[in-house]
Amino acid sequence: MEGGPAAPGPSAGRGSRALGNRAVLVSSASTVLFFAIIAVVLVLAPGSGIVAKRFFDPSHLWDSLVGSEGLPSVLGAFWLNVQIFTVSEVFILILALVIAVVRGIPGPVFFPFRLVAVAYTDLFRGVPLILVLYMIGFGVPGLDLGFISYLPDVAYGVISLVLVYSAYVAEVYRAGIESVHESQNAAARSLGLTRWQSLRFVVLPQAIRRVIPPLLNDFIGLQKDTALVSVLGSIEAARAAQIYGASEFNYASYVVAALLFVLITIPLARFTDRLIARDKRRREAGALA
Amino acid sequence: MNEHPALLLEGVHKSFGENEVLKGIDLKVAPHEVVCLIGASGSGKSTLLKCVNLVEPIDAGRVVVDGEEITERGVDANRIRRRIGIVYQAFNLFPHMTVLRNVTLAPREALGTNRAEAEKNAGDLLQRFGLLDKRDEYPDRLSGGQQQRVAIVRALAMRPHLMLLDEVTSALDPELVAEVLAVIRELAREGMTMLIATHEMSFARDIADRVCFLEAGRILEQGPPESIFTAPENSRTRQFLGRIIEAGRL
Repeated sequence: MEGGPAAPGPSAGRGSRALGNRAVLVSSASTVLFFAIIAVVLVLAPGSGIVAKRFFDPSHLWDSLVGSEGLPSVLGAFWLNVQIFTVSEVFILILALVIAVVRGIPGPVFFPFRLVAVAYTDLFRGVPLILVLYMIGFGVPGLDLGFISYLPDVAYGVISLVLVYSAYVAEVYRAGIESVHESQNAAARSLGLTRWQSLRFVVLPQAIRRVIPPLLNDFIGLQKDTALVSVLGSIEAARAAQIYGASEFNYASYVVAALLFVLITIPLARFTDRLIARDKRRREAGALA
Repeated sequence: MNEHPALLLEGVHKSFGENEVLKGIDLKVAPHEVVCLIGASGSGKSTLLKCVNLVEPIDAGRVVVDGEEITERGVDANRIRRRIGIVYQAFNLFPHMTVLRNVTLAPREALGTNRAEAEKNAGDLLQRFGLLDKRDEYPDRLSGGQQQRVAIVRALAMRPHLMLLDEVTSALDPELVAEVLAVIRELAREGMTMLIATHEMSFARDIADRVCFLEAGRILEQGPPESIFTAPENSRTRQFLGRIIEAGRL
């Protein structure tokens, strides 16, 4: 990819420095005040002592993170979440692209394919993920269809995530494909490229570049939804936290699991922000030309 | 091959819904001939070019390129398009590719030329049109004139037998028009067969072997530029040129 020109620093130009210092002061003060109020409310709440003990006890936080005798480690279980969403993302990116492309193929011969693609997105965007998990996770093994019915639980979880998220991501792709102006396709076709070549080399690369921010947004959602796979019996982070909480009568494990999810989504969220900012700069540069 | 005209149109009709844009076009372009289409906006010039390139299917008549009827059923449009270069008013370069990749994409993917050869050809063409130093730039870093020259080079890279130019200078700032016209003059000098829709009357007078005046989907008058521009026979042609002269464009 091209390396764009370096963005100007945040405090460029004369006079902006003094203003910048005051802005920093004001924002620091309001931040401190904001969190101080929340802290005071939490500390003054009648049950704050109990909540602190149940949710934030340091030894329980640590024990649930690394696991204690006979109880799963939330961190260890979180590794399963990471594996689930990594594998799911790969399949989602591929399946969703296929659906989006199929939906855009013109011509009467391809009507049934388009119909299937539309029905697919309607169905899997409409059904709640947890119901899909139950139907796939308990239905497919029930079919007794050779190895397909004897996969590990987590595989049905991945399949369900892929089915549901592909429906969303296909729509994201489709929006991107439709945002590429028809003249681009016309230019490619007039050069003698086939419809498929035009799609592959001209339309899709531009479409995908435009939808990377919304795609990453969907993936942040996916990372959280890996917790739902636990309904099929896989011991991932949320389930491990539940097991810990139920046996120790302490919910520090939930806080640990929550923090792990937050920690892993933050880099992706910041990365998405950066891409959006970069696109904005590009558009503004383009508007000047 | 040379006994055939480079391009032959017979009774070409084209409608968009109720609106009949081409009402029976007959036109013959000899090899190495440069034919300019003039006429008001909406007279059918652009549609005519799109029909030759099979971008728009025609409703009646036939289009013959190098003796092969391309409007026949079952003709592979992609194969035809590879022999006909078209350049549009709006450049339509691929913004996510460098200049070099813009130029080599079609030769590599549509003709199967290997990378080294495609890049060498592209380099030669870019060099000829003074664009070699831009080969690694992206289109949005180029001026409009440079972009349009790249678009012409991109079409030439397919080694077309025929070039169709559709108002290629209309989207350019006035000071950038000359560099693009210079490229087209160069092509004409080399003997490229061209069909050019244009609003640049002095350019048409200068470069064309023949000028066709279109109005409302018909060719009303055609002939060498000196007779069309100095002594038009058709009253509509006179009217059109009169308005152009009034506007100081000729």
